Amino acid sequence: MHMDWSTYPTAGRFDELVGEHGRARAGGRALMDYLAELGDGEMRIRQKAAELAIRAMGITFTVYHEQGGSIDRAWPLDILPRTIALRDWQRIDLGLRQRARALNLFIDDVYHQQRIIRDGAFPGELIATSKNYRPMCQGISPPHGVWAHICGSDLVRDHDGTVYVLEDNLRVPSGVSYMVENRAVIKRVFPELFERAAILPVDDYPSRLHEMLVSMSPRAQDRPEIVVLTPGIYNSAYFEHAYLAGQMGCELVEGRDLVVQDDDCVYMQTIRGWTRIDVIYRRIDDEFLDPEVFRADSTLGVAGLMRAWSKGNVALANAPGAGVADDKLVYTYVPAMIRYYLGEDAILPNVPSWRCRDPAQLEHVLAHLHELVVKPVDGSGGYGMLMGPSSTEDEREQFARALRAAPRDFIAQPVVSLSTVPTLVEGGIEPRHVDLRPFILSGPSPYVTTGGLTRVALRRGSLVVNSSQGGGSKDTWIVDTEA
Amino acid sequence: MLARTVENVYWLARYLERAENIARMISATSNVVLDLPRGSTLQWAPLITITGSDAEFARRGLAADERAVVHFLIADASNPGSIVASLSAARENARTLREVLPTAAWEQLNRFYHEVVDEVAAGLLQRNRFDLLKRVTVNSQALSGLFDGTASRNDAWTFLQLGRYLERADMTSRIIDVRSAELARPSAAEEDPYESIKWMNVLKSLSAYQMYRLGRRTRVARGEVLDFLLRDGQFPRSCAFCLRQMTLVLGALPRAAQVLDALAAASRYLGQAELGALDPPALQQLIDEVQVHFSAVHAGLAGTYFPAAR
Repeated sequence: MHMDWSTYPTAGRFDELVGEHGRARAGGRALMDYLAELGDGEMRIRQKAAELAIRAMGITFTVYHEQGGSIDRAWPLDILPRTIALRDWQRIDLGLRQRARALNLFIDDVYHQQRIIRDGAFPGELIATSKNYRPMCQGISPPHGVWAHICGSDLVRDHDGTVYVLEDNLRVPSGVSYMVENRAVIKRVFPELFERAAILPVDDYPSRLHEMLVSMSPRAQDRPEIVVLTPGIYNSAYFEHAYLAGQMGCELVEGRDLVVQDDDCVYMQTIRGWTRIDVIYRRIDDEFLDPEVFRADSTLGVAGLMRAWSKGNVALANAPGAGVADDKLVYTYVPAMIRYYLGEDAILPNVPSWRCRDPAQLEHVLAHLHELVVKPVDGSGGYGMLMGPSSTEDEREQFARALRAAPRDFIAQPVVSLSTVPTLVEGGIEPRHVDLRPFILSGPSPYVTTGGLTRVALRRGSLVVNSSQGGGSKDTWIVDTEA
Repeated sequence: MLARTVENVYWLARYLERAENIARMISATSNVVLDLPRGSTLQWAPLITITGSDAEFARRGLAADERAVVHFLIADASNPGSIVASLSAARENARTLREVLPTAAWEQLNRFYHEVVDEVAAGLLQRNRFDLLKRVTVNSQALSGLFDGTASRNDAWTFLQLGRYLERADMTSRIIDVRSAELARPSAAEEDPYESIKWMNVLKSLSAYQMYRLGRRTRVARGEVLDFLLRDGQFPRSCAFCLRQMTLVLGALPRAAQVLDALAAASRYLGQAELGALDPPALQQLIDEVQVHFSAVHAGLAGTYFPAAR
């Protein structure tokens, strides 16, 4: 059975591969021709091969179950890649750089003069009421003025083809290791395709990350001591922590391996004695970093770490307090930040959002709950949201009460339909909804991943792409169509 | 390298070596049983004693027949001394060590684990057993080869060697300990027609038979076998060889005096013993003493290099 793209449904949505009349979009032509030749049986063989490779390579993610504890699951990868033409990507890349610059200027401003507030471009009370604002960071100047060194921004494409930024993850965004490993698997599965199309490589991310971390070292030396700080093997992203440490040649440490000594420097216990650490790529949330400052019951962090950091004796990526901009209400001001700090218009638009703390906007949201998505401002992973169109009367009433009681805690957005990509499912190839998480490194020379991690909702019609909730992933190809 | 990391590397090596040793031991025992007359004195229960899991086995309330013992030692994931449990522990350890292990070695271990776990049910059948056990030893050797060929001689490598050789020396002494108990006293050896077959089993459990013949050029006899397994300088599974390797790799580590002393004491003790004349109780006493020396080596490593319990 050979694929007949003219019957592939695209009506009412934007498909990333298949355009009008079943024709390939720019960037997808080589892939579509190839898939047409391949046939269903051969495609299943390749999918099986990909799953075996994932098992042999030990690419996993960890799911926490109430009964069974932590379970290591094979990483779900659909073999049909998501393609983006290089010239389209270049515009997105510029938009992401612009956004990361503005966000870092904003965070640095928040912890210094707060000019943006004094100039009336941002409401000051949002800072005081932000759950991720850290007063103890006030007045601190991290290297290069950068706070969010690693940012993972989620992009979605609406039915008319517009790419929106859905949210910016500035705390400990994950997924980049799967972007690199997905490519390694797909290269094993479809080697022929990489000869036919100019697909840009993705695997320089760990080197770029390492270069950026080196540039942050407080001690001027060629080979600063860099570590990756993990909460441990039961964390859902442990695979990624070990992967990045391995790729960068750094030690993977836990809080219990580190000590802040009397000189307010951080040391790790090695078999050759105590070694001073210069840079920590921490994969632990602020609240658990230092029991002296944050949660006293945390055993994941290091007592005195904030002291060492605020004295400039160790660099932390991301900096504590960077999460102040990782608040969905603050997100609604990012286009204003770009104008304020850079004097530019945002290249990538936000999803239009209603701020529930504004009484007039709140009334609009309450009157249109059945057609909107309501999101808690500090949520992530798709939890605690109201999906208006599929909600029950009861749920809407519950949310209406919650919105009136704490309007600061919510924003509302129209439902974005999410573009689709052909995906191998039981009955053949069908469209499934995707998003995209590129990663932006902000150091002396900023860097954006070539594409990012494409997540796909594997159930028909579903918009939930989270791997903990039945989502899968795809390799993402930036294709140079002029090469 | 981090103290916690080298401890995990050390245990990774011990678990792998343990899985391989158990496979060799079951394989050799299965083989020799086929040569002995029905109702002969060679029993399966000693294999449980060798792995130090008498209490664990007793909890299951089973008779120590071939079926139960083989299942317990190969496939019983709840027995921490089984092949499956050792491989699972090795893999879990390796998962915490991915940043220091060569990627190819991690993939090999991962494949190794899946291959054994997937095949273990079928492998319990007598006709498939040799094949399964062979896979364990071959996979384990392939992994050693990958380490040898791709890992830098850094601290991780040093602790891989330390773990591997201490586990191996320990297992060699345990096999001698348990198997010698059922062998006749030296004076009566001539009268038991199966005496030499049983000593051959001891050699084969340690994959030592061929190298014994090649190196010693004499018949299989008690004193000579014991000397070969405890003191041979060329055979890589003899206790003396393992101690020597540990001494050599320790040269790369700081603060090694305590462990080097323990190793020297163990070697001295092995060198002094008069092996040919020992009756079974005296031999067992000797092995007990050897085990005490091995424990001191482990305690030295843990006290010097592993993270103090906090």
